[in-house]
Order: sequence, then structure tokens, then C-alpha cells
Amino acid sequence: MSAKKYLPVLWLLLIVVAVQLATSYSGKEFYLTQLTMTSYYCLLVIGLCMVMGYAGQISLGHAGFFAIGGYTSAALTTNNFASYSELTVMQLLNRYGCIITTEDMFGDTIINFHPWLAFAAAILLTTIIAFAIGIPVLKLKGHYLAMATLGFGVIIYRIVLASEALGEADGISEVPAFVLIKGLSVNGNMDDRVINYYIAWGILTIGALLLINLINSRTGRALRAIHASEEAASAMGINTARSKLYIFVISAVFAAVAGAMLTHYNGGIGPSEAGVMKSVRYVALVAIGGMANFWGALTMAATLNFLSLRGMFGSYDDAVFGAILILIMLFAPNGLFKLSPIKAIRQIINRDRR
Amino acid sequence: MPLLDVQLLNKSFGGLQAVSEVSFDVKQGAIKALIGPNGAGKTTLFNLIAGNLPANSGTITFQGKSIQRRPPHKIASLGISRTFQNIKMFHGMTALENVMVGRHPKSHAGFMAAMLNLPWTWKEEKKIRDYSMELLELVEIADFAHIDGASLSFGQQRAVELARAMAADPTLLLLDEPAAGLNIYETAELAKLICKIRDMGITILLVEHDMSLVMDISDEIVVLSFGKKIAEDVPQAIQNNPEVIKVYLGDDDA
Ligand SMILES: Nc1ncnc2c1ncn2[C@@H]1O[C@H](COP(=O)(O)OP(=O)(O)OP(=O)(O)O)[C@@H](O)[C@H]1O
Ligand SMILES: [Mg+2]
Repeated sequence: MSAKKYLPVLWLLLIVVAVQLATSYSGKEFYLTQLTMTSYYCLLVIGLCMVMGYAGQISLGHAGFFAIGGYTSAALTTNNFASYSELTVMQLLNRYGCIITTEDMFGDTIINFHPWLAFAAAILLTTIIAFAIGIPVLKLKGHYLAMATLGFGVIIYRIVLASEALGEADGISEVPAFVLIKGLSVNGNMDDRVINYYIAWGILTIGALLLINLINSRTGRALRAIHASEEAASAMGINTARSKLYIFVISAVFAAVAGAMLTHYNGGIGPSEAGVMKSVRYVALVAIGGMANFWGALTMAATLNFLSLRGMFGSYDDAVFGAILILIMLFAPNGLFKLSPIKAIRQIINRDRR
Repeated sequence: MPLLDVQLLNKSFGGLQAVSEVSFDVKQGAIKALIGPNGAGKTTLFNLIAGNLPANSGTITFQGKSIQRRPPHKIASLGISRTFQNIKMFHGMTALENVMVGRHPKSHAGFMAAMLNLPWTWKEEKKIRDYSMELLELVEIADFAHIDGASLSFGQQRAVELARAMAADPTLLLLDEPAAGLNIYETAELAKLICKIRDMGITILLVEHDMSLVMDISDEIVVLSFGKKIAEDVPQAIQNNPEVIKVYLGDDDA
């Protein structure tokens, strides 16, 4: 068990390398752009998979956390904070290299925060908001939890749309590159396409490793136990409220990392990323992957997000994911990989008898 | 000082008084049985002790400390483990994993340690696994350790639940109808097992309908009827108690 659980990670890495080589040698490197974006969406989906599949909760607000991550990074790295330059905090941050000072074409000073600081702020803010939302909301169950998280998602969407600092309907553009370390930066330049593909899938692999470890641990067992029977789990000494909260916050942080990275990669973010249909899409991807099936969720998220980003679903894009969710719930509640047509038919026949 | 002391406990569901002014105690090292007709309030009493339900009034003291209003997981960590009348297996997990969950209060790896797979957690995992395996051997279903718990037979599931409750090294074990659905041979085995657990130093409070089992193994019996305690005594005295006989055999006037 101990080493076997990492086998799929090895497969993932092999596929990632193989795809890069195949696209580069066949002159189709432009695919890497969508594949890079896909991997960031996958990062969100595997986090959500923990909440839904393993802890048995639902969140229709994860696009909200993605947006908090993306918009915080974007706002802090693009808005001009020159008018605050007198503040002691700013001077302190400047001394530690957290401030980037440039001049615009008229010679005025422009002060932005370093992407690392913006990133740290994005994660911190997400963590705080996830705790604040999670504590009251995770007391709810089933539809009520779905409604409450949906409400959260709608609020974030409206805030983003109404805030001048967040670019209102246009969103924020011209977000600078995120220099992770010298020579390694998240950006959308053609020349850096291959390296960015590897950065993105590398981050996803690290995320996957963390969650695979979690699933196979004492805490992971506790989460699965909560999913199966909350009453029995608490009788085993598991603090069910706290476990649910922590995994919710962890998944929110995954979403925020994805949002921040993709924003730097795309050079901007718009309100559609905070949209409710995005949250529905993520839920649909976890569902079609089989809920408590980590690799299933990842496979489906990678495939369908890529197809969606390639424009395969045309103007029906959102409708496709809505339809997937409905069909999965009706005919394959255990996901596409556990779909056995005979069993599904038998279930439908038996449904009336029960 | 008794291990568990219940005083004047009350619980009502709307107009129904499910537990009414019930007082009794359980002494360290004893096997105490709780009997009574269907709907007498036995399971409700368990739920009150384990913290699954709040009492309307009364006190529950465990090892001299009040455990009232504490959430179930705190009570479990204090050393009270339970099984459920309607089995609550963790489906999608093997029998072994089910028992390993029971070891939760005696282990430590949290979210961060787990995600980073820190070396000290490996040792802990192995300890949890080995200990859980020993418990499956104790309840004689080690052969089924790697089978999905939910696909085991009824009797085997009860055994897994017992092992799972044991995994936390409880001081007090609450068993809600452990013999339900077992045949006479399995029941006899269970009786031996319960005595063995008692000999390991674990105090047992047992709800059971199987009278021969109760009379054989318990040191003391509490009888509930319509939420009220109508008798508390040693088995022979209970067998000859006219009020208990009336409740069990039916009353002509009723
Ligand atoms: N959560 C609840 N809500 C409402 N009524 C309840 C609830 N739990 C139990 N009751 C009622 O309280 C009474 C006592 O139930 P309880 O389950 O404690 O009985 P019991 O002695 O365990 O019976 P049995 O031998 O059938 O298991 C019953 O009338 C039952 O219907
Ligand atoms: Mg009962």
C-alpha cells in the first residue's frame, strides 16, 4: 500500500512528459497553452474532490475561492499604491524587496506589490474567508449546504463585478509575470510556453502528492468515516466539525493557488471566473470522476477542461457541464468509471420497488 | 466512587417522555445490563451518555467528572466507546480500516503531518494497523480484514463494530444489543468474548434482549419500562421481581 499509492503519480508524470514531447515534435506546441490552463483548473478540482468525495460535503462556491486568489494577486500587482508610499508598512515592505517601483511614460512613480507578497496575501485572505464561511456553513447538510455555498459564490461574483479596484465587468488585465525564482516565471510568453507547462503540471503533481498522502492517513480515514456515518465517526472520537472545516479550508487554498497562478499565466482575470456556472462545472467534474475517486476526478477534469478550453463545446460550454451533472446524478452516481450499464438499469427498475 | 454515575436523568421527545428520572451507577470492572421492552428508552439512555443527545435535566458523571453537554467526540476521548443497535459501519472501508478509525483518539497525525507524510507518522500508522489487526483477531474475524466492511455478514459486522469500539482502549464500553441477529452459538461466543473484555479491565454497560445472555454474564441489571427505572438488582433477584415479570409477561389490566 505504502508505495503503490504513488504509482499513479508516476503515470501522471510520464504522461505529462510524453504529451510535451509529442506536441513539441509534431509542431503543435500551441496545445500546451490550454494544457497549462487545464492543469490549474485540475488543481482546484482535486481539492474539491476531497471535500465532496472524501468528506461528503458539497461546495457550490469554489469559483469564489478561485476568484479571491486570482483577484487578490492581480489587484496587488497591478493597482498603483503610490499614494500609500509614506506609510511605515510600505517602507518596511520596500526594505525587504516586497515592493516594485516603476515609472510610467509621464514619469510618475508606480508602486506595486511583488507577486510573491500578493500571492501570500491571496492565500492568507482565502484562508481567513474560508474559515469565516466554513464555520457557520458546514453546520448545514445536503441542500442547505449547497444553497449556502452557492450564496457565497454569488456574493463574490457580485463584489467582483461591482468593485472599481477589481475592474468591474472588464476584470484586471496586464497582470505581470510571477517570478517564482530567478529564471522561473509564470507568464504567458510564447518563449516560456514549455517551461510554464511544466511549472503548472509540477504544481499539480505536488498538490496531488499532498492529497494522496492525506487520503491514506489517519486524517483521511477520519474524513471517509465522516462521509459514511457522521454519528459513528464522532463516537470514534473524531471532531467531525473540525475535520470538515479543515478540509474545506485546504480545498479553498488549492482553489486560490490555482486562481493566482492562472491569473499570472493569462496576464489577467475577469468576473466570469467567479461565476456560479464555473462552480457548477467543478462540481460536475468531481461527480463524473466518481466523487471519492481522486484519479477519476483528475482524469475527467483534465480531459473535459482541455476540450472546453479548445472550444469543443462551442457556445454550449456551460450547458454541457450542466447536462453532465444531471446525467451523472441520474444514471451514474458513482461516476463514469464505475458505470456498468446493466447495474444502472437494474437500479432504475428497483427504484420503484424501494 | 462509581465509574459512571447517572442521576435523575430526563429526556423527552415532544410529548414523549423517553427517559424519566433515571438514576443508576456502574462500578469499575463490572458488567452491567440495561434491559426493558421495546421503546423503554435504552438506546436513548445510551445516546445521552455518549453525548449524541442532550438531556433535559439530570447529571451524568464519568470518573468523577461531569460529561454533560460535551460533544460525542470529547466523551469518546475521555474513554467511553460504543456500538450501535442498528450497525453503523463505515462503508467503502475495509474491516481493518473500520477498526483503525476507532484508534483515532489514541493517535495524533493531523492534516499537516499527513499531507507532508512526515516520517513519525509512518510508525504511528504501523502501530494503528498492528493494534487493529490484533483486535480483529480477538473478535475472530482477522481473515476478513481486507474485505469491505459493509459486505460482511451481520454477525461479522457486529464483531467489527466491537473491535472498532475497543480500538480506543476505552474505560467504559457501551454495547447496544450486541447479540441481535446472532444465532445461539454465536451468542455463546459473544458471551465469552464480553467476559474476556471485562477481564481485560474494561467496564461494560450492555443493552440486550437476549435474557439468557444477560442473566449469564451480568453482575447487575437495571430494568427500564416506559422510560422509568422499575428495578435494579443482581440477576437472580431480577428474575424473581414481580414488577419485572409483570412488564415482561404483560399485565391483564393493561
Ligand atoms: N430521536 C428521536 N425522536 C423522537 N422519538 C424518539 C427518538 N429516539 C427515540 N424515540 C422514542 O423514544 C422511545 C424510546 O426509544 P429507544 O430507542 O430509546 O428505546 P429502546 O429501549 O432502545 O427500544 P428497542 O429495544 O426497541 O431498541 C421510543 O418511543 C422511541 O420512539
Ligand atoms: Mg434500542
